Amino acid sequence: MSYLPAEIPGPEPLFDDEGFWAACQERRLCFQHCTACGHFRHPPRPVCPKCKSFKFQWTEAADEGELFSFTVVHHGAHPAIGPALPYNIAIVRYPSFDDVRVISNVVDVAPEDLRIGMPLSLLWERCGNGMLVPRYKRRE
Amino acid sequence: MTTPTQQACIVGVGETEYRRWGGFADQSELQLTCAALATAAADAGLAIDEIDGLCSYAGDRNEPSYMQDNLGLPKLRYASLVWGGGGTGSCGALLHAKTAIESGAADVVAVFRGLCQGQQRRYGQFNAARPGNNFLAPFGMFSPPNMIAPLVQRYMHDFGIKPEEMAEIALSGRDNATRNPRAVMGKKPMTLEDYLASRMIASPLRLYDCCQENDGACAVIVTSLERARDLRQKPVRILSAAQGTNAGWGTGALGTHNMPVEEYGTGNGTMVARQVYEGAGVTATDIDVAQIYDHFSGLVMMSLENYGFCGRGEAGGFLADGCIRWPNGRLPINTSGGHLSEAYIHGMNLILEGARQIRGTSTSQVRDAELCLVTGGLAGPPSSAAILGA
Ligand SMILES: [Zn+2]
Repeated sequence: MSYLPAEIPGPEPLFDDEGFWAACQERRLCFQHCTACGHFRHPPRPVCPKCKSFKFQWTEAADEGELFSFTVVHHGAHPAIGPALPYNIAIVRYPSFDDVRVISNVVDVAPEDLRIGMPLSLLWERCGNGMLVPRYKRRE
Repeated sequence: MTTPTQQACIVGVGETEYRRWGGFADQSELQLTCAALATAAADAGLAIDEIDGLCSYAGDRNEPSYMQDNLGLPKLRYASLVWGGGGTGSCGALLHAKTAIESGAADVVAVFRGLCQGQQRRYGQFNAARPGNNFLAPFGMFSPPNMIAPLVQRYMHDFGIKPEEMAEIALSGRDNATRNPRAVMGKKPMTLEDYLASRMIASPLRLYDCCQENDGACAVIVTSLERARDLRQKPVRILSAAQGTNAGWGTGALGTHNMPVEEYGTGNGTMVARQVYEGAGVTATDIDVAQIYDHFSGLVMMSLENYGFCGRGEAGGFLADGCIRWPNGRLPINTSGGHLSEAYIHGMNLILEGARQIRGTSTSQVRDAELCLVTGGLAGPPSSAAILGA
């Protein structure tokens, strides 16, 4: 059972984000890490915005996600989302990875209990197209 | 250096009727857009054939080649489209028109927007073509309210902004709309109780925090001050216009939410604000009235701060003090009702209302208004703004 219905579009990797999704399929959340200046960036893109280098490696994120902001969606904007309403969309921040933020969902917290700043841990869920995507649960 | 007689000014405004989404099943979008241009030219006292420049902004489907052909323009010397999403570039298109006039690239430029959404896909619905969708759609982030809501959530959390304070934007706009016969929501007064009882769309945004989706078209005619002397309307000078985005915003809240962390919960308008004030040689305290892009009320609060009408985090108090209310507030805003209550024509209708304030013909006229700020959409770069003056 996934947080959102199987009919919701899953990722379709293309060029710049292929490496990100490939790591996800191994249950590893990785960010682009510039090998010239050490800057982290997300979502994936070809050039380091800090030093303009094209060289990077994929570095796995630490278990330090925190809820930076969120919304609870009550009005669905996709024909298949109905059964999931109301659902949350979480902006998850990684402070020691240059504050990169991941857009995802928190699967185990009721809407009224979501709090900005709450610690979160990764989990993996499969989309309808078979792809694994990162989601989050409360970190104790 | 632009000589005074070369300075660009708005000399004509025109619009079709504004209707609810899908309300124009009987006329094509191109027809409506051409009609708005024709009305604007007539308002200016110019023959349509004198238009030799056409400017709009991203998302516009009414290509200048079709417009020229349909209107039979004998020459089209200048045509441009500002990049970006939705109405972020509304005042950017005005910048292009101003630049064309003041450089001599064109003599008479129409800036326009036409929307017939019943004939197109729906904005508030999932759009598979949106860039970066791999990082949005799988997580249920489908529509602009979904994308903007976290920005507003964080902002309200950081500064303790109350829903009753944010409500002022919707309530003030609706009040202004009741005096405006063009306003789609003009016959539906709203109370604070109505606002608080409206359903949540994506927390903290309620239904009345989200702009309408409308069909209609509007346009302004821009020419030089010298040319304006022979025309029928009092010219509205475009004292400055600017577009731009702060560093690191990328696709901003509508794409990645990876703008600089210290700018999260701001609208990406500070650089444009600086440019537009410098260009006109004025400051926020000189502005008499403003038309602030209100796709979502939360972003109006950020705009009030970006454009220096109050300090960071102070928009709640500014609103609670009645500062945006017509006629006695310090800065009446969205005097037509804005996108929330007049119509959502992607910011173009706000430019028309700005021109009306300087002409002195608004249905919520600010007494002796000499300077009006108009802004384009925030949070989806590049944003834009203009200052109109008598
Ligand atoms: Zn670098």
